[in-house]
Amino acid sequence: MVTGKVTKVAGPLVVAEGMKEANMFDVVKVSSDKLIGEIIEMRGDKASIQVYEETQGLGPGAEVISTGVPLSVELGPGLISNMYDGIQRPLETIREMAGANLKRGLEVTALDHDKKWEFKPLKKAGDKVSGGDIIGEVQETVIITHRVMIPHGIAGEITEIREGSFRVTDTVCRIKTEDGEIKDVTMLQKWPVRVGRPYKEKLPLDVPLITGQRVIDTVFPIAEGGVAAIPGPFGSGKTVVQHQLAKFANADVVVYVGCGERGNEMTDVLREFPELKDPKTGESLMKRTVLIANTSDMPVAAREACIYTGITIAEYFRDMGYNVAIMADSTSRWAEALREMSGRLEEMPGEEGYPAYLGSRLAQFYERAGKVVTQSGEERTGSVTAIGAVSPPGGDISEPVSQATLRIVKVFWGLDSQLAYRRHFPSINWLNSYSLYLDNIHSWQEDNIGDNFPALRTRMMRILQEEAELDEIVKLVGIDALSSSDRLTLETARSIREDFLQQDAFNEVDCYCSMDKQYKMLQLIFWFEDQARPLIDDGVSIDKMTSLPVRERIGRAKFIPEKEFAAAYETIRSEVSAQLKDLKGRA
Amino acid sequence: MLKEYKTIEEVAGPLMVVRNVENVTYNELGEIELPSGEVRNCRVLEVDGDKALVQLFESSAGINLASSKVRFKGKSIELPVSGDMLGRVFDGMGHPIDNGPEIIPVDTMDINGLPMNPAARNYPSEFIQTGVSAIDGLNTLVRGQKLPIFSGSGLPHAQLAAQIARQAKVLNADSNFAVVFAAVGITFEEANFFVNDFKETGAIERTVMFLNLANDPAIERIATPRMALTAAEYLAFKENMHVLVIITDITNYAEALREVSAARKEVPGRRGYPGYMYTDLATIYERAGRNLYSDGSITLIPILTMPEDDKTHPIPDLTGYITEGQIILSRELYRKNVMPPIDVLPSLSRLKDKGIGAGKTREDHANTMNQLFAAYARGKEAKELMTILGEAALTEIDLLYAKFAEQFEEKYVSQGFHTDRTIEETLNLGWELLSILPRSELKRIKDEYLDKYLPKKD
Repeated sequence: MVTGKVTKVAGPLVVAEGMKEANMFDVVKVSSDKLIGEIIEMRGDKASIQVYEETQGLGPGAEVISTGVPLSVELGPGLISNMYDGIQRPLETIREMAGANLKRGLEVTALDHDKKWEFKPLKKAGDKVSGGDIIGEVQETVIITHRVMIPHGIAGEITEIREGSFRVTDTVCRIKTEDGEIKDVTMLQKWPVRVGRPYKEKLPLDVPLITGQRVIDTVFPIAEGGVAAIPGPFGSGKTVVQHQLAKFANADVVVYVGCGERGNEMTDVLREFPELKDPKTGESLMKRTVLIANTSDMPVAAREACIYTGITIAEYFRDMGYNVAIMADSTSRWAEALREMSGRLEEMPGEEGYPAYLGSRLAQFYERAGKVVTQSGEERTGSVTAIGAVSPPGGDISEPVSQATLRIVKVFWGLDSQLAYRRHFPSINWLNSYSLYLDNIHSWQEDNIGDNFPALRTRMMRILQEEAELDEIVKLVGIDALSSSDRLTLETARSIREDFLQQDAFNEVDCYCSMDKQYKMLQLIFWFEDQARPLIDDGVSIDKMTSLPVRERIGRAKFIPEKEFAAAYETIRSEVSAQLKDLKGRA
Repeated sequence: MLKEYKTIEEVAGPLMVVRNVENVTYNELGEIELPSGEVRNCRVLEVDGDKALVQLFESSAGINLASSKVRFKGKSIELPVSGDMLGRVFDGMGHPIDNGPEIIPVDTMDINGLPMNPAARNYPSEFIQTGVSAIDGLNTLVRGQKLPIFSGSGLPHAQLAAQIARQAKVLNADSNFAVVFAAVGITFEEANFFVNDFKETGAIERTVMFLNLANDPAIERIATPRMALTAAEYLAFKENMHVLVIITDITNYAEALREVSAARKEVPGRRGYPGYMYTDLATIYERAGRNLYSDGSITLIPILTMPEDDKTHPIPDLTGYITEGQIILSRELYRKNVMPPIDVLPSLSRLKDKGIGAGKTREDHANTMNQLFAAYARGKEAKELMTILGEAALTEIDLLYAKFAEQFEEKYVSQGFHTDRTIEETLNLGWELLSILPRSELKRIKDEYLDKYLPKKD
């Protein structure tokens, strides 16, 4: 064990001497308070340490002890439903120990080491296993079966495997390696957060992640294992979109990282999610969610770590064969934490004071997403979908964090404050957002939603584009100058915007919309257009057509519950025909 | 006996380097004694071996390298707190300046506070009636929220803040209510406006004031908001009071922060403000809230003047990312004599959804709110179009929207600084305005509410 002494304290950065023997990125404990830190730079025997807790009251001479291991997370049963801070300390346990405020130097284990779990072996003595193989199961929550895996780096023959009730630190299995060594395997493993967990190979992404949000699923879909960014100025609804995704995405496990954001938002998730039901399983959403919270008033160095903590936990569940989604809100705060540490290290800054390695660090993070064949002796696939919010200063995405992110991600949901002012939510701008997964998931959509679904989407996008062009003309010469045909296009575009793209996150029905309902809603809008267009030639006034009562029915279709929708769809469809026919008769 | 150092090596701007120090710690409070006997406060920004970098809270005038003495107090800056602080006036460093006696402290608290555990927070959900329609009806404030006012130079943000402080109440609750007011670098006149307003309404009895005026030391401003919030935390979480904290003007605070950062030769972020300004502002704003261990709450209304009315300037921008919404004042409305000139569309209260609805305000609140927003937005667009193309170019329905927008500003937003409307009045007024539009346009409102609340036309 290496012991050194503090020589310099500048905010979260501490320099200690006598650290020659320590390794880069070792975790250290600073002073008698045992503040946790990490070595991020070595010069001679001096180590620069970023401290994950408040350094007030720390001075030269304080002792620094290196633990000799890099920053790691504890992986095992008990992760789900928990809320952790940036370095995986359970906040609920801390609350029980320390009350309302976060005190320093609290030592708690990430997982409850006393709780007993029912372990069911799936392998038997004599079986040959290697790292990543599943040896047994624990029913962690109603939804999640925790598959206990052999830690990477261990391989051999099982000599003994037990069944029954165990703590995470109890030995459940013994393995004789090729060298004849006996290794004890527990349900708990540790993994350094800055190292991606290994996998066999990455797979192409061809299945969409269904989120129940129309503007995402239909217009700008994301694939399972994909990466997406949501940049937007404040007040444009980033957090609501992230919460909606965390609630309704059809992932098996959701890791939600609140990185430098508001404390109340994390509290909201913590209080609200247990009440909400997962549309797929009918169980509480909290039973599939892991929360990581480094709120904006918590120490800044831990903000840098929280994203890695989150993705390591996500990868762990991926290795069990689950589809995992990780939401990071917001990566800009993470980048600012990098900038702050970089500044204190007196590194030469890149653009806007951000360190030159900002882009590569972001890429490293997002590259840990993907759909993979897991590293094990068994055939198993899992995926990590990463969705990062970006908070560009002033909403201007020409700044370094947005630009570095856009170079990596395949889906861009650009939030627009103008839309937000008009209370068009989710305020994802349909003209400048994009998804590069459309081609990949094309055939999935045709097989699972409807043959013409991709074609309907294309048609919708064309109409919205036409609307943008027509709007320019209207602004110059007024709406009367348009032909009836163009006016119908405008009306259809309006219907797409108001009746389809707008979705009320706070309405009990509209907050989640199944793929089938999305498909049918879109068909209704186009059905009206198709029926109305021939009537223009018959001289039916466009105003009369658009003020038909059935238009309101289409507009309110989003509030019809899923169960009643199929029937309502047929009625509305025939009402459209009937009412338009009636108009034609009177013309 | 505290060790005294006569080893000041350097004084530059608000910074000072002291050599040969021992056992000095980060963020420790210090004192400088001038040859004249005067004592000034300072704090440690960095310790490197036996060298301490110290930030002065007051001017450096008169400091003599040879004979000034520095003492480090072995603790960080603390504020003595007690329930007797109500009705008192303090300077920016927490010393009484109203000729009253020193506070007999019940407790002394570190002004930097400790971050609140998100697991221990209580989600704000109690509606506060401010009596201002544009806030109650559209950007509802709840207990424990932090909702800044984004203003510009010359706009009546002080009047609005005073109106809120005067009228704010929670329905159906007997309130143990207090106001903590922090003046950060504002003029005497502006501070005096608040003092007089609080005096006239008798609110002064339940108000704690911290005043750092424009002619007070600029660097002291770094401590003033923290003093105020520490007092607020004591009143809210120890004495279970509902505390409304008003801090004006955050722009001056950010400038003091920039001054220190520049003196330290740190790599600047946007417009010369330090890269850590987000974190720094967050340690102020995030102290608002409620927790599971107390019945009290801290509701925070910081006021900031946007340089050049620019919302993308780093100060409002970073603030907006931390606070739970913002109330934006508009110069255009001010010129039209709409008072208070609240620009409704870009204003936002993020916590409103939890504070409104049946049992809190009224069942129709959420629906009508969305409808008013949407209708006003469309009405403004129609009016813009009208200025370009003339009235004739508008469709009939757009003309109605334009009329709606006009009346909305006139009747709903412009209520003056002394009208106190109940939430019922505000909601009914909304319905009255919505009745300008045909019922088929009111798509965001449930049918049952339309039947129940929409005024019948003759």
